[in-house]
Amino acid sequence: MGLGTFFTTKLEQAVGWARKYSIFQYPFVTACCGMEYMSTACAHYDIDRFGAGLPRFSPRQADVLFVVGTISHKLAPVLKRVYDQMCEPKWVIAFGVCTCTGGFYDDYATVQGIDTIIPVDLYIPGCPPRPETVLQGLMLLQEKIQKEKQQLGI
Amino acid sequence: MSETSPLLLRIAQEFGEAVIATHSFRGDDTATVRRESILEVLRFLKETPELGFEMLTDVTAVDYLKYRSTDTPGPAFLAHEFLAREREPQSARFSVVYHLYSLTHNRRIRLKVPVEESDAAVPSATPLWPIADWLEREVWDMFGIKFVGHPDLRRILTYEEFEGHALRKDYPLRKRQPLAPTREGWEWAADQTVSFPKTDRFDAMPPSKRERE
Repeated sequence: MGLGTFFTTKLEQAVGWARKYSIFQYPFVTACCGMEYMSTACAHYDIDRFGAGLPRFSPRQADVLFVVGTISHKLAPVLKRVYDQMCEPKWVIAFGVCTCTGGFYDDYATVQGIDTIIPVDLYIPGCPPRPETVLQGLMLLQEKIQKEKQQLGI
Repeated sequence: MSETSPLLLRIAQEFGEAVIATHSFRGDDTATVRRESILEVLRFLKETPELGFEMLTDVTAVDYLKYRSTDTPGPAFLAHEFLAREREPQSARFSVVYHLYSLTHNRRIRLKVPVEESDAAVPSATPLWPIADWLEREVWDMFGIKFVGHPDLRRILTYEEFEGHALRKDYPLRKRQPLAPTREGWEWAADQTVSFPKTDRFDAMPPSKRERE
């Protein structure tokens, strides 16, 4: 391994480590899953232990989009816009079955899975998912962030 | 079991032929009223002090498209009509339903108005209750029944671009009208839910235990 490759690899690892422990989430909360999201975020389950404690309510300051709750066709353009406004690198978590597949809302109003509109990195199933499931999902996302090719902008 | 409701009797006496049928069961009163008289009946119920139905709790509708009068009658038609009027089969496609509540006397009444599909319009109750504005917009949005005299009859739940009325029985169950652009590879069939692309979701799942063995 050449010295250059060695440094790039180490730099990538360091950047990945930094990124996975400084997740700024944008909570796009629309429905009952929001209660479980709040439960996960508050002190008892304490999402801050994973470096994801600070929700940002501007998409420009966030790097993980938490889509929490049912997305209707009427709301879908808003979700798409929020996603487009986020800066790279960005990741998306589909939180709960409604965002994963539409859940039991197989009807005229509901988007049958947000991945028909925006790309999704991680699906957390459950109706709603327990906080433990959410934390596991978050850890899997951190693993993914660490492993992927980092965009270093150099 | 037949019951006599003084309230329904009062309405029937007041409005005569405008009341098509009545039904009372365990204090749950229903009157079916002709469309032409609905506003007068509503006003009477609201403004007569001893009745005092001050509150309009709901306006909704029923689509009887697949309801045949030869079927086992629904609960509303099991009723005796104590005025001994001919029971009219549900020939009109829709019924607009009003639920009123009297805060003074703590009692409720339901009014039904048969509406034909060819002339799906009812006078608006907005002059009597401002809340009728949004409730009637919802009925318009879901059933396509117009409310004559409504100040601003627009869709309220679905979006401007939505075609048809979702709670009509002939609206296709799985028809989707997406607003946001669909990602490449995902297709919305005309009357279906989304069809899954080959690579994205299921093929990426780990093999099941049986497949591994």
